[in-house]
Amino acid sequence: MRMRILEISVGAFVLAGVVALVGLALNVSGLNLSNSDNTYTVYARFENIGGLTPRAKVTMSGVAIGEVADITLDRDMLMARVAMNIHGNVDFLSVDSSASILTAGLLGEQYIGISVGAEDENLKEGAYIEDTQSALVLEDLIGKFLFNEVSE
Amino acid sequence: MNEFDDVVIDIQKLSFSRGDRSIYDEVDIKIPRGKITGIMGPSGTGKTTLLRLIGGQLKPDAGSILVDDENIPELNRSDLFSVRERMGMLFQSGALFTDISVFENVAFPIRVHTDLSDDMIRDVVLMKLQAVGLRGAHNLMPSELSGGMARRVALARAIALDPDIVMYDEPFTGQDPIAMGVLVNLIRRLNNSLGHTSIIVSHDIQETLGIADYIHIIADSKVIASGTPEELRQDDSPQVKQFMHGLPDGPVPFHYPAGDYETDLLRGQG
Amino acid sequence: MNQLALLGHAALSKLAAFGRAGMMLFQSLVAKPQPVIMFPLFVKQVYFVGVLSLIIIVVSGLFIGMVLGLQGYTILVDYGSEQAVGQMVALSLVRELAPVVTALLFAGRAGSALTAEIGLMKATEQLSSLEMIGVDPLRRIVAPRFWAGFVCLPILSAIFALVGVYGGAIVGVEWLGIYDGSFWANMQNSVDFYDDVLNGLIKAVVFGFVVTWIAVFQGYDCMPTSEGISQATTKTVVYASLAVLGLDFILTAVMFGEL
Ligand SMILES: Nc1ncnc2c1ncn2[C@@H]1O[C@H](COP(=O)(O)OP(=O)(O)O)[C@@H](O)[C@H]1O
Ligand SMILES: [Mg+2]
Repeated sequence: MRMRILEISVGAFVLAGVVALVGLALNVSGLNLSNSDNTYTVYARFENIGGLTPRAKVTMSGVAIGEVADITLDRDMLMARVAMNIHGNVDFLSVDSSASILTAGLLGEQYIGISVGAEDENLKEGAYIEDTQSALVLEDLIGKFLFNEVSE
Repeated sequence: MNEFDDVVIDIQKLSFSRGDRSIYDEVDIKIPRGKITGIMGPSGTGKTTLLRLIGGQLKPDAGSILVDDENIPELNRSDLFSVRERMGMLFQSGALFTDISVFENVAFPIRVHTDLSDDMIRDVVLMKLQAVGLRGAHNLMPSELSGGMARRVALARAIALDPDIVMYDEPFTGQDPIAMGVLVNLIRRLNNSLGHTSIIVSHDIQETLGIADYIHIIADSKVIASGTPEELRQDDSPQVKQFMHGLPDGPVPFHYPAGDYETDLLRGQG
Repeated sequence: MNQLALLGHAALSKLAAFGRAGMMLFQSLVAKPQPVIMFPLFVKQVYFVGVLSLIIIVVSGLFIGMVLGLQGYTILVDYGSEQAVGQMVALSLVRELAPVVTALLFAGRAGSALTAEIGLMKATEQLSSLEMIGVDPLRRIVAPRFWAGFVCLPILSAIFALVGVYGGAIVGVEWLGIYDGSFWANMQNSVDFYDDVLNGLIKAVVFGFVVTWIAVFQGYDCMPTSEGISQATTKTVVYASLAVLGLDFILTAVMFGEL
C-alpha cells in the first residue's frame, strides 16, 4: 500500500510537470501551433530600421499577422532588407501595400505596420513591398525641428 | 609451515600500506578449502583490511591474491562481481541496509542473484533467520535491533546464498554468552554440512581457538605464526605466547606506533 | 616556494577529484540497462527527490512571482507602463529565476539529502556490503538517484515558473488592478516558446545534471565518518550553488547574448 501511494504521487508529480510546461506554452508564451507552420515570406527595404529586431510583430490595423524573420543589409541598394513571415491565412495583401516601422507608445518596442493598397493582385511568397516608411528616429526629429526653428 | 592439499585462497607476497604506514609487508597466507581458518591479531593490525583485500574492495600495492586461480587485484569490474557472488561477508558493523526490513535484508542477495518465486524466497529467508535465532524478528527494521542482533541478521544475509567462502569479521564481539555459543555452533555446522570455507577474523582467543581448524596470527605487518590451535598453544616463541595469554607487555606491541611516552608527556610542560 | 607547492598540491587534488567524479558518473551510467530492476528504484528516488521538494518549490515560486509583480508595478507605474508587468514577471521567471532559484533550492533540499544518505551508507559499510553481495553500488544506489535528480529539476523548474507567473498575476491583476487583458496579452507577445520557455528548460536540465552529479559524488567520495559526511554535505550545497550561478552566466551569454 505504501508503494502504491508512492507510485501515484510520482505519477501526479510528472503529470504536474507536463501541465506546467503546457501552461507555460499556451498561457505564458501564447504559443499558437496552428499558424507557425503555415506562413509565407515577403520582403521590404527600409532606409532606416531604427530599433527593429527579429521576432518583432507585423501588424495590420493593429492586428498581428506575422513577425519579422530576418534583417539583413542589401548591398546593392544600401538599405536594410527585412524578411517578414506572414500568416498563411492573411493572403489579401495587395502588391501596392505599404509597410512602415512604428513604435508602440513613446519609447516602446518597434514593429511593422502594413496598410493595404488598391490593386487586385496580391503579394506572393518572396515578393517585395515597394512602398515603405522608415522608423522615426528621435534624434532626426529633434534635429529637423531645430533646423526649422533656425531657418524661420 | 604446513602444506595443504587444497588451497582456495592463496595470498602471495602481499604488500599494502595506508599512507606511510605499512599494513602488510610481503605476506604469504594460504586458506585451505572446506576448513575454518582463523585470522587473529591485535586490533588495528589490518585484519579487516585483509578481508577487504580478498574481496577486491582494496587494491594491494604489490603481490597477488588468488581465489581459485583468479587473481583478484587484476580482475575487471564485472569479473570481480561474479567472483564476489561466491563469497559472503559478515561486516564488523553488520552493515544491514537500513531502509528495508530484516526479512528484505536477508532476501536481498537471493532476489539479486536468483529467479526464485516469492514463496521459495520466503522459505529460505525464514530458514536462515531461524538458524541465527531471529525468525521472530523478520518484520523489524534494522534500527529496531540491538548491535548483536544486527550482526546475526547480517550473518543470515551473508549465508543466504550458501556461498563457497564466508568471511566473518569479528562475529563474536557484542554477543551475549548464549548467542555466542549458538554462533560458534552455527559456524561450525555450516562449515561441516556444506563444505564451505570459512575465514574468521577475531581477537577473541578462546572462541577462535575452539572453532578454527587452522590459525594465522598477524602482527607488525607480518604473519608471526601459523598452525593448528594445538600447535599454537604449544608454541614457545614469546610473541605467540604473549598473544595467546593476552599479556599487555611483550614483543607484540599493544600500542599504535608512537614516540617515547615520557618525552611526549614532558613536552607539554616545556 | 612552499606556498607554491601547496597551491599545486591543492590544484592537483581538485583535478583528481574531478577525474574520480567523471569516472563515477561513467561507471554508474554506462552499463547495460536493467529496466525491471532499475525502474522501481528510480520511481522511489523521484518521490524522495522530486515529490518531497514540491512544497518548497511551489511556495517559493508563488512568493517570488508576487514580489516581482509588486516591484515591477512600483517601477513601471512611474512610466505609465504597468501593463508591462506581465511580461517582466514572465520573462524574468522563465529565463532566469525559475531554473536558477529552483536549482539552488534543489541543491539545499534534495542535493544535501542525497549526499548525506549516500555518505551514511558508505560510513555504515552498506556500500561495501552491496559490493560483496555482488551488486555494483554505483548502479544500484548512485544511478537511480542521479537520473531522478536529472529528471526532477526541469519538472520542478517548470512548476516554479508557472506558479510564479500566477503569483505575479494575483498581485498585478487582482490587487493592483492592472487590466488583465493587457497583462496577459503583453506577456504572450513578448515571451517566445522556443527562445524563452525552452531555453529556460534547457538551463534547468543542465543544472539538474550538475547539481545531482555533485551531490551523489560528494556522498560517494566522502570520508566515512560523521565529520566527513557533514563536510561533504556542506560541499554539495556550496559547489552546486556556485556551479549553477557560473553556468547560468555562460548559458545566458550563449542563449540570449546577442539580444
Ligand atoms: N579508510 C582508512 N584510511 C586510512 N587508514 C585506515 C583506513 N581504514 C583502516 N585504516 C588503518 O588501517 C589499519 C588496519 O585497520 P583494520 O584492518 O580495520 O584493523 P583490524 O585488524 O582491527 O580489523 C588501522 O591501523 C587503521 O588505522
Ligand atoms: Mg577490524
